[in-house]
Amino acid sequence: MKTYRDISGDGGSDIAGQAARRAARMRERMASIANSLVVMSGKGGVGKSAVTVNLAAAFALQGRKVGVLDADINGPCMARMLGVERQTLMLGEDGVIPTEGPLGMKVVSMDLLLTHETAPVEWNAPAPPQPHLWRGALEAAAVQEFFTDTVWGKLDYLLVDLPPGPERFPGLHSLLPRCDGAIAVTIPSGVAQLTVGRSVAAARSLKVKLLGVVENMSSYLCPCCGTHQPLFRDAGDAGGQVLGASILGRIPFDPRIARCCDQGVPFVLAHRQTPAGRAFLDIAAQVSRLRVAQGGGQ
Amino acid sequence: MKFLCVTCDEAMKFVESADPARGDTFSAVFRCPRCTHRIALLANPWETQLVRSLGVALGGRTAPHEPLELVRERLVESRLLWTEDAERRLERVPEFVRSMVRDGIERHARKRGCREVTCEVMDEARSKMGM
Repeated sequence: MKTYRDISGDGGSDIAGQAARRAARMRERMASIANSLVVMSGKGGVGKSAVTVNLAAAFALQGRKVGVLDADINGPCMARMLGVERQTLMLGEDGVIPTEGPLGMKVVSMDLLLTHETAPVEWNAPAPPQPHLWRGALEAAAVQEFFTDTVWGKLDYLLVDLPPGPERFPGLHSLLPRCDGAIAVTIPSGVAQLTVGRSVAAARSLKVKLLGVVENMSSYLCPCCGTHQPLFRDAGDAGGQVLGASILGRIPFDPRIARCCDQGVPFVLAHRQTPAGRAFLDIAAQVSRLRVAQGGGQ
Repeated sequence: MKFLCVTCDEAMKFVESADPARGDTFSAVFRCPRCTHRIALLANPWETQLVRSLGVALGGRTAPHEPLELVRERLVESRLLWTEDAERRLERVPEFVRSMVRDGIERHARKRGCREVTCEVMDEARSKMGM
């Protein structure tokens, strides 16, 4: 009797062909993107999305063409943080036309498809009692559609904002035809670095270029004496490295960053001369230099 | 997943599926090309949902891929996407009534089961609303 491998094809569904055509569409779409970079943390609450938004804006200030893909399907916030939540995605001849934020940044996020601001991401499912069986597959397919079906056009940088969770990066990596680099965001606390460290290790095991670590909320400006003080007790620097990776930069805590996120204005555009604003600009410049040194497109 | 006719030792071929895109459970009929014996695959709701979540069509695709089709089809409530032409046309409507007109057109489109708003849908809605 024949076994599975003795039979070629799948009897008419051509599942492998469907997957191959989808992968080809994605490769084609990403061909016009010079640098696709993933911003990850592994740990929630470290300010990863705020870093993504401000790095994107800092690249745009360099005169680069920038896109932002919000890969957080269940907790999308990029539309709000980039001030495009009232815009709508449109259907063009070649796919979905992304919304356009400050400095022409292109934005695609699940919140642009939800009917109202607080609508939860709920899926039509014939088997609601067991969502864990299929939800991960559906979310991965949704992210893949965002990549493949968006008319990104020519971009210098596409920043992909990952949801928290150390497993997220390997999951995304398996979908992408290429990932030109990863940026890890952490805060100087042992607990955060424990989890973010797992994401860094996962990126390394997949042989993805880890461009470095952004240490967010590294210090605060004391309103009494005007000096920068560490915000967390565990803050430390082992030879310019965190989690065994070089530090791209340290962002001092500034309450205006959160306010800007709420208002949909990238902090770096509104307050570029502040210590935090300059830190974002320096990190973007360093990433650009690293990508040039690695032979990345500009 | 493949199906084998044990009697003929022949791979069975997909024949048809009942309402593959919707429905609570998926079913598909396969036939042996040699003896023409038919069998049906009956998937339970969990299996059906898992396969649909992969964004592939059992039995092969019958329609070309639409942008964000999986997300738009599977979200319980999703904003309707407007085509560029339709959006441009809406921009010609005076701003103070634009959102009211948009809502009216979208209501009509949803009632009709449309997944996107095109100029044709706008025309239909306009005549229904007596505009």
